[in-house]
Amino acid sequence: MDTLTDATLQALWLLLSGDPTIWGIIGISFRVSTVAIICAIPPALLTAFVLAHFRFPGRKVLISIFSALLSVPAVVVGLTLFVMLSRQGPLGDFRLLFTQTAMVLGQFLLSYPILVSMSLAAIQAVDNRAWETARTLGAGPIQAFFTLLYEVRFGLITALLAAYGRIIAEVGASMMLGGNILEYTRNIPTAIALETSKGNFSQGIALGIVMVLLSFILNAFVHSMDHKTHTANL
Amino acid sequence: MIRLLTPALVILFFCTSMMAADSKLIRLATTTSTENSGLLSNLLPVFTKESGYKVHVIAVGTGKALRLGKDGDVDVVLVHALQAEKDFVDSGFGVKRYPVMYNDFVVIGPASDPAKVKYAKSVKQAFQFIKKSQSLFISRGDNSGTHKKELNIWKQSGIQPDGSWYREVGQGMGKVLQMANELDAYTLTDRGTWLAYESKVQLNITHEGDSSLFNPYGIIAVNPERYPDINFAGSSALIDWITSKSKGQPLIAEYKMLGKQLFTPMVD
Repeated sequence: MDTLTDATLQALWLLLSGDPTIWGIIGISFRVSTVAIICAIPPALLTAFVLAHFRFPGRKVLISIFSALLSVPAVVVGLTLFVMLSRQGPLGDFRLLFTQTAMVLGQFLLSYPILVSMSLAAIQAVDNRAWETARTLGAGPIQAFFTLLYEVRFGLITALLAAYGRIIAEVGASMMLGGNILEYTRNIPTAIALETSKGNFSQGIALGIVMVLLSFILNAFVHSMDHKTHTANL
Repeated sequence: MIRLLTPALVILFFCTSMMAADSKLIRLATTTSTENSGLLSNLLPVFTKESGYKVHVIAVGTGKALRLGKDGDVDVVLVHALQAEKDFVDSGFGVKRYPVMYNDFVVIGPASDPAKVKYAKSVKQAFQFIKKSQSLFISRGDNSGTHKKELNIWKQSGIQPDGSWYREVGQGMGKVLQMANELDAYTLTDRGTWLAYESKVQLNITHEGDSSLFNPYGIIAVNPERYPDINFAGSSALIDWITSKSKGQPLIAEYKMLGKQLFTPMVD
């Protein structure tokens, strides 16, 4: 019990005193996950929009594939990309294994189906009138597309936060693809795994505190967005 | 979906193609023992300062490290499994093996020593005692240098390790010591990692000093004839530095944990 209290106090001290290693790791986590989500948003929104608005053969199959992809374990995504990106793999010439880019790719693939499925649900929840009204009032398809996105903005933000929460907390793919390299690909989850195995509980706890705070904040946002969506629909 | 991913991949590639082509970057695959003991984080900043090369350390088991070298995913490997290292060089994956340092393996166990390992006259006998008393033994189970060594000792002892007392956990050395601590189990570890963890666990050295427990580390550059774009200049610089009598070697000898030397340099 004493060790736990000590470790927690040390953890708080590490965070408050601005320990460069800890904050460096936190920075890497946010940088990688933010780049991944920014890369994933445009194609995901486009996919969701196409799936919601056009009827084409295979559409239903695609939708079920995306919801099935939601539950693919991160380690499997990591393994698949590892095999692809390794020198011996089809994308080996890019030399991307053990780089931040490889981690971004992994997180991109993890967040993409979440963004598609949740935005699709959001877009389908509003009726088609937003799109039709915009078109009738003379908006071009692109302008009407953005009008529609604006109408469902709360649902989209919920999707964004859920996807972000998933990728920033993910350890399996990051460990495999990034290699847990200090000051480069060591992010919060892989650092927690390593520091715990080294017996440095205070560093693990400090990073754990950041993760827990983050997930509380993200969840609070998701809830308030849900609330706003409901009131907006009334 | 492929069509949608392609632009993203191209953008990402541009972001890091600069990094990938960075000739001042060395990728080193090594064992968890050199990383968990804190040795590399002590040595490499000095190397980076003196040479300008930045080293990315990928700490895995020896088996995985050699595999990464074989596939050309890293520039240089620092490992400890003599036979596997020789095979690596003989098959043309590595250029040449340079001895770097050594320490030894020790058998670790709970203070109560239920298998009476401390009375064993050799490490073979120690392992036989553990099996006989059905005491818990934690095995790395990750094809690392330590794991290979352990399997070799079981073989020499004439024991097929299986049964509920033998647990393969597939984890790094530090994690295995922690598990042995939590479960009151025996395990085989390199002395470097042991000294780094000694103060954190309630375990003791139950057997040491057998000549077959010698643990040499070697460094090997991945063959540039096989992978022309590998950073051979960088790995050669690192090898020269770490095996140098005036640079890397004295730093290895000076690295201490709680006043005890963890590794002995090979070149003197």
